[in-house]
Amino acid sequence: MIPYQMPSLGADMESGFLREWKVKPGDTVKRGDIIAEVETQKGIIDIEVFDDGIIGELLIKVDDKVPVGTLMTHILTKDEAAAGIKPEKLTVQQAATAVSPPPVQRHIKASPLARKIAEEKGIDLASVKGTGPDGAITREDVERTTQKTVPAERSVSENVRMAVAAAMSKSNREIPHYYLDTTVDMTKSLTWMAEANKKLPLQERLLPVVLILKAAALACREVPDLNAWWENGPVKKDHVNIGFVVSLRSGGLMVPSINDADQKSLAQLMVALNDVIPRARAMKLKSSELVQTTLTVTSLGEGAVESVYGVIYPPQVAILGFGGIHEAPWAENGMLDVRKVMTITLAADHRATDGQTGNRFLLAINKNLQQPEKL
Amino acid sequence: MTEDQIKSVVFRLLKTVAPDTDPTQLKPGDNIRQSLSIDSFDYLQFIVGLDKELGIQTPEEDYGKIGTLKELVEYVSSRRPLAK
Amino acid sequence: MTRLTYREALKQGLREALQSSDKVFLLGEDVGRYGGSFAVSKGLLQEFGPDRIMDVPLSESGFTGAGIGAALGGMRPIVEIMTVNFSLLAMDQIVNNAATLLHMSGGQLNVPLVIRMSCGIGRQLAAQHSHSWEPLFAHIPGLKVVSAGTHEDARKMIMAALLDPNPVILFEYTAMMNLEADMEDPLPAVDLSKAKLRKSGKDLSLITYGSGVYKCLHAAGELAKEGMEVEVLDLRSLRPIDTEAIVASVRKTHRALMVDDAWQSVSISSEVSARIMENCFYELDAPVQRLNGLEVPMPYPKHLEDAAIVQPSQIVNKVRQMLG
Repeated sequence: MIPYQMPSLGADMESGFLREWKVKPGDTVKRGDIIAEVETQKGIIDIEVFDDGIIGELLIKVDDKVPVGTLMTHILTKDEAAAGIKPEKLTVQQAATAVSPPPVQRHIKASPLARKIAEEKGIDLASVKGTGPDGAITREDVERTTQKTVPAERSVSENVRMAVAAAMSKSNREIPHYYLDTTVDMTKSLTWMAEANKKLPLQERLLPVVLILKAAALACREVPDLNAWWENGPVKKDHVNIGFVVSLRSGGLMVPSINDADQKSLAQLMVALNDVIPRARAMKLKSSELVQTTLTVTSLGEGAVESVYGVIYPPQVAILGFGGIHEAPWAENGMLDVRKVMTITLAADHRATDGQTGNRFLLAINKNLQQPEKL
Repeated sequence: MTEDQIKSVVFRLLKTVAPDTDPTQLKPGDNIRQSLSIDSFDYLQFIVGLDKELGIQTPEEDYGKIGTLKELVEYVSSRRPLAK
Repeated sequence: MTRLTYREALKQGLREALQSSDKVFLLGEDVGRYGGSFAVSKGLLQEFGPDRIMDVPLSESGFTGAGIGAALGGMRPIVEIMTVNFSLLAMDQIVNNAATLLHMSGGQLNVPLVIRMSCGIGRQLAAQHSHSWEPLFAHIPGLKVVSAGTHEDARKMIMAALLDPNPVILFEYTAMMNLEADMEDPLPAVDLSKAKLRKSGKDLSLITYGSGVYKCLHAAGELAKEGMEVEVLDLRSLRPIDTEAIVASVRKTHRALMVDDAWQSVSISSEVSARIMENCFYELDAPVQRLNGLEVPMPYPKHLEDAAIVQPSQIVNKVRQMLG
């Protein structure tokens, strides 16, 4: 019997709302199957199971707020399911109490009950005026605030904005960034791509972004230090899962991960993008596309400004920025020419790596882009 | 196919890739991608859509010829005779 | 429904106990011919005879020990220690014998003994005769400690205590002897292990026992006129304490005020406060508060004696503060 707990869908996630169970007790599931929809600040996310087996009793009701780590159900083996093993209710309570104490907010005088309610309803106690003894905030004060704020519940796009705000603030607060940039000649890559596209049906045409993604993914293999997480120390990752920044037309952004991007062909990458970008825009991503990212890439595309310096998404240790491809004078072998060029920037965590690592990484990407046929 | 018919298909396709915009407000000389902030990915979806709806295969080297609404309508009518 | 004094309720309880079995007998100072120093046992000697109502020499240690011996021998003695103030002289018998024999004998020897004592202030009895020492006894494993804060409990607790196979300390209240109240007849038996909700309310829990119960009910009545619905929980059992009832009440009202006349430091109210913190901290909407007797030797003058114990007006004021 394997416990299935509310996964953390990002370093900043504390809880999510269960919106739909996609399974019922007794259903057979395989690793990777989607079992529920959870609404987080990043929209509705399909959550997957990590084990094969049979779904046990569903311990959480739809629309409940579920703190990360709360037991949601069990994955049973065939024998266990046949034997009719029912997970004990007790474990639910244990899981709930294990996470229930709200974080202490210092310097604000509020009763434990007021804190608990504020935490549940997502109210910042700093914005509540206390009327209790010594001006302490009481339950009544919080509830008065709730009544005022409830009608103005945040829209999904506002939630996305707040999630981006929280993650970026944390990053800037905690991560000492260092920055490198280089401009590369894109002529070879673009020429090669144009030739390749002539032979491809319209639907399979490549975009420059897949070349960029592949070049970055291969560079991750060559310089693994940047394909890592900071978890009380640098931890290199075995898989190369490239997070691709998709800006939402309503503002905010989503960063779905193209998992094992280094193993995928350009055509496969294009298929992956065709699949994931519309879902990112609709905020319908799977948990495995959000929580395993090892390096983020932001690409401005054609017609955009020349360079973009990213803010690292924790716990990753680097973010690559690809500027707009544009024509520029290019000096080579003592000759001046006009070429299509692109500026690549790297923002990296100085706790995890130093400038020399970043230098090798950018050089590796440039080398890969000069050999498009090998991508 | 009349100019209006072409426009109506184009507007519908643009609306699909950029649902929050109003393509009918485009002036003939406006650059479509810049005006509606359509990225390369969405633009490719638009080109695929043109093919599906009108049977027009736009090679990559022609992208430069269809920047504005006016250019696009002309490009489509040249590839697809007005009268059926 | 009959109207009777607390004293009369105690006597009825004693009579019921004595009638229930020949093994039950009462022993204590002046319980027989004098009729009890508070006249609780007046007339019982004539009714039950000298073998059942036994006057004893002035030796708390001696007659408490005799009671323990009788209990070990299969009798059901009720020992009356005139007041809690004299119980210190019997403390070795109570703590080292009554409370421990079951343990020391490896579970072979029960001590089915009931010790009654009158507790708290009387009428200007001064520092040596006005003690509220429920906490001293509630500290000791091996004892059950109960407190009769109402007429109903004064009437029914003796019988329930006698049915317990282990030693039970029963506190009665000197200051309440003449207090009259209406009582249902017949009364249901009491469960000594459970606290009792004397009044239900949603705004605040007054948690009390003994002499605090009627004071809290009085205060709750006053507060109701101001629209505050205050709950009164009578602990009744001070060992063991009914944590479940306390938590249930605090979960409902989110505010708790403990009221009792004992000195505050290391008291029942300290213990209840700790249990609230341990079990329902996140239910609290205000800091737990306590009202206790002042930590001084009890003064003799009436106005100072009044000032040294909890008064209903203090409870009313404290609740008003806590409810903002």
